[in-house]
Amino acid sequence: MKRRTAALKAPLRNLPLIQQRSYKSRLNREQSPWRMLLVPIFAVLIASSITCLPFIVEQPYLPPFGLLTLLAWRLMRPGIWPVWVGLPFGLFDDMVSGQPMGSAAFLWSLVMIGIEILDQRAAWRDHWQDWFVASVTIAFAIIMQWIFIGWALQSPSFMVLIPQMILSVLIFPMVTRICARLDKWRLDT
Amino acid sequence: MAPLTNRRPGFSRKAQYGIFATYVLAIAGAIFAALLLIISVADPTGFSGLRVLGTEITAPITRSVDAVRRSVVGMSSNMSAYIDAASKNAAMKRELQAKRTALIEAQAIKLENQRLRKLLNLVETEPQYIAMGRLISSSSSSTRRLGTLSIGSSSGLLKGQPVRGPDGLVGRVLEVGPTTARVLLVTDADNVVPVMRVSDGLPAFASGLSNGLVAIRPVSLGINPFSIGDIIATSGNGGLYRPNIPYARVIKKTSDGAVAQPLADPAATTEVIVLPIYLAAASAAETAATKGVSVPEEAPR
Repeated sequence: MKRRTAALKAPLRNLPLIQQRSYKSRLNREQSPWRMLLVPIFAVLIASSITCLPFIVEQPYLPPFGLLTLLAWRLMRPGIWPVWVGLPFGLFDDMVSGQPMGSAAFLWSLVMIGIEILDQRAAWRDHWQDWFVASVTIAFAIIMQWIFIGWALQSPSFMVLIPQMILSVLIFPMVTRICARLDKWRLDT
Repeated sequence: MAPLTNRRPGFSRKAQYGIFATYVLAIAGAIFAALLLIISVADPTGFSGLRVLGTEITAPITRSVDAVRRSVVGMSSNMSAYIDAASKNAAMKRELQAKRTALIEAQAIKLENQRLRKLLNLVETEPQYIAMGRLISSSSSSTRRLGTLSIGSSSGLLKGQPVRGPDGLVGRVLEVGPTTARVLLVTDADNVVPVMRVSDGLPAFASGLSNGLVAIRPVSLGINPFSIGDIIATSGNGGLYRPNIPYARVIKKTSDGAVAQPLADPAATTEVIVLPIYLAAASAAETAATKGVSVPEEAPR
């Protein structure tokens, strides 16, 4: 008899004991404020740090993922961050990327201000316009970084940048998709 | 995307000032960053502390992922070695036979070299290398070609020391942190290396093209003596790199020199050694000379 109850207990444990509790957890829920706040921030920081992963390449093929992620969040959710957010994110990117210190901070600040101005002109945007804005911004950022390096040191030929630019523009919708998934998870209750 | 509703906050002065403050902050941030940029452009080695901090923070992750990568890379090469193993074995046996003769000759030359050095009273007191490490990552999205080394100042690394792999020169140490260091790879446009053609010692300068290749320019302009297949090694001029480190193989002639492929592919080279600065060896020899050991001066090539 005792053995029988022991065998029954395991499946019984999974059954809801009190009916109301299962409803209570589904109604009137709120998302975690920490998750809501920190997921986009860490998404950008981790994307900036991708360059630290051990891909040892001879040519700069890898897109600037930090910038792509920042743009994806900013274009997908206007107002998620204040305008000055380009500065801290850019400073972090400079720390890990090996570019001259302050270059990403300056460019990303300009980009955030520029998109803010654009937002005031065009009230509604669709995905294609987002992609276009992002493409122009990415090309601008990559070329400006190249010019900054040219000021500081010997700069490589311009042709080196073209594969990276094309790859970055093509990969942007994918980054937006990933950010949209993260956004869904972030606002989940 | 739908337009924001809080951009025109109505009559609330507090909200209006709040929005205005974010714009002021953004523009101030941009100006601050521009100043930072000007400072770091004027002094490219400045702020290296901050960047070293960045690599130090991310190094543990990089190191663990690197171990996985190496085992995966090793697995695939191990598997591919089984395909056409027999014919490869035969080819390697033939090659070994040919190399053995060359090796004996090289040993004879080495012995002769030692004997001549003894004759000249030239004593090598400097260590052969400072430390061994691994290249654990490279700047893959920046146009600057930098690598991260798994060892740092705790292993005795200093700024400027050459780094070489088993196949040839990889670069030189640019920034040193406690357990990591940044390496300026030979393919960076800023990395100028004094080199020579191995066959006849023709002096030249090499600099990176940032696309995995290097440009070789002969010191004597006007003539272009390079031909495809020439092997280039460091010449020891300038005192940073010791002579005869294998550097590159010429793959294309250009109007003012040649384009060459570095012999050490940073993507394939993981184990590297850090060498002492060559000039330091020369200066140590000089101090030894003042102490009574007669050391002939370092003859420039």
